[in-house]
Amino acid sequence: MDWVQLWEITTLPDNVPIVLLILVIPFYTWYGLRQAFANDRLIDRLEADPEMAKTHHRKTQPWKPGWAREVQVWPYLLRMEFLVAIIVTFILMVWSITLDAPLEEPANPSLTMNPAKAPWYFLGLQEMLVYFDPWMAGVVLPTLILVGLMVIPYMDTNPLGNGYYTYKQRKFAIWAFFFGFIVLWLSMVVIGTFIRGPGWIWFWPGQTWDHNKLIFEANRDLPDMFGITSMLGKSLFGGAVVGLFALVTALGVHKLFTWNAFNRKIYNRMSLIQYVLLQFFLVTMMLLPAKMVARLIFRIKYVWVTPWFNI
Amino acid sequence: MADDLKEQKPAGKGVALIDGVLKEVKNLKDKALDDVQSLKKPQKTQLFKSIFRVTHDEKPRNRALGILSNVFLHLHPAKINRDAVAYNYTWGMGGITFYLFIVLTFTGVLLMFYYHPTKVQAFRDILYLEHDVPFGKLLRNMHRWAAHLMIITVWLHMFRVFLTGSYKKPREFNWMVGVILMLLTMLLSFTGYLLPDDQLGFWAVTVGTNMARATPLLGHEGPLGPELGMTAFNDVRFALLGGSIVDSNALLRAYIWHCIAIPLIAGIFMAVHFWRVRKDGGISGPAPVMLESEIKKPRRF
Repeated sequence: MDWVQLWEITTLPDNVPIVLLILVIPFYTWYGLRQAFANDRLIDRLEADPEMAKTHHRKTQPWKPGWAREVQVWPYLLRMEFLVAIIVTFILMVWSITLDAPLEEPANPSLTMNPAKAPWYFLGLQEMLVYFDPWMAGVVLPTLILVGLMVIPYMDTNPLGNGYYTYKQRKFAIWAFFFGFIVLWLSMVVIGTFIRGPGWIWFWPGQTWDHNKLIFEANRDLPDMFGITSMLGKSLFGGAVVGLFALVTALGVHKLFTWNAFNRKIYNRMSLIQYVLLQFFLVTMMLLPAKMVARLIFRIKYVWVTPWFNI
Repeated sequence: MADDLKEQKPAGKGVALIDGVLKEVKNLKDKALDDVQSLKKPQKTQLFKSIFRVTHDEKPRNRALGILSNVFLHLHPAKINRDAVAYNYTWGMGGITFYLFIVLTFTGVLLMFYYHPTKVQAFRDILYLEHDVPFGKLLRNMHRWAAHLMIITVWLHMFRVFLTGSYKKPREFNWMVGVILMLLTMLLSFTGYLLPDDQLGFWAVTVGTNMARATPLLGHEGPLGPELGMTAFNDVRFALLGGSIVDSNALLRAYIWHCIAIPLIAGIFMAVHFWRVRKDGGISGPAPVMLESEIKKPRRF
């Protein structure tokens, strides 16, 4: 183990925010889920006891009849905002005094940085470049991520869980978001930061970054493994494989989405457009882990080869 | 006053004059005492009233008016869900993000006093900031770390809004505005990365904008790009960089996007975002939980 190497990556000033992120994301996941489970227990009790449901104030926070349901913004909210502003300023001050912003040598186009890394929050995109061509990883997929995020409210027809933490009432939505945000986006950022070294080669944590290391990866295209040589054959074969993948994934998503009676109820509320959109975005999202497995384990570069684009 | 003096004339001119002066002095003393007294009640002064309009008394009405009649505070409602003021529901991430935006604007404007977006000057300006400008290093550090922190708080804000289902009816549109604001935050950070004109920023932006070469239809290396007549000198990357390489034009463009264009656009979207938070019924919760048996049938067209 080369602890110095790991320490160097971790303490790089621009990487400190990621270390912070690795700490705060699990904390807030726990913090949110804890409230979700508390609400779920309350929901269980209310569902078991219809009389209680009629009279209960339906929150886990304490409430007694006669208490005002609203409080004055001044002072109850403003003092919190003021306090938070002071705390944030203090944290920023300490951070800025103790840690200097990085400044490398002057820009020099003839001296390539190795590894040349994007800012950490874009490392997910840079890591995607390993699995997809730039037009996919750099343009199409980021656009789809943004559009996919924007249409979430219009695809999610589940009316429950509006304005309170819950897991039980929104299992599919929460798993889908966790998968996209934590498993894919954040882990890609972490891989891009901690794992990728010179030449964008995979170095395990604690492995020394060897600037002279060369890996002659025998990357293959899927059609080649089946001995398909003509361009027409490759195009058709690749299209068929991607189509088959989309079909199988869509069926899997459908199976999960209609897992229990409640999920089927929500499914029945969806219009055809809503459901097709949901399937489109989830299947596209699953392209990434599929390509990761294909590339990292089976050394497959392209699945679908055509004269115009490769996937 | 003048009448008093006339009546007392027989007592002699000198005495009358002294009496008059004494009276005048007493009068002045009373006025001075009045002024001192008014200092104890600043809320009664014309100055205070003209600025604040309402007194700062601990009455519900005055507390509400204090919010409603203040341009900086009026984004708040006068009253709020009693459980929403606790930290655990909102995590305060939206507010912290906005506060960081203000910090970044403040430190950013100060940094602009010392920065020239030219290839000759930019890097030297950073050195000058770090070594000669009083608190220059602190200023730059703070701008940098606030920017990174803002990205984290934006992500956490989105995470919280998702976990609480706050994007659901009637807040669907505001979620979209929020996604755009998240994109703008990341673009702000990215355009700022190039400005020190060092190796780190240069190569990060080179890597980032190289992806634009491959834009379908609009990039000269993207699918169907060459077929549409795209070259390195007229495609979308050229538009971003103001040239075919990351050079002085790219620095100027990054500077203008970073300091003027994106903050303005983000400001407009922020105005909409905050306005809609209020118009969509304030923050979403903590709302009373809903049960499965209470789901209403969806409306069909």
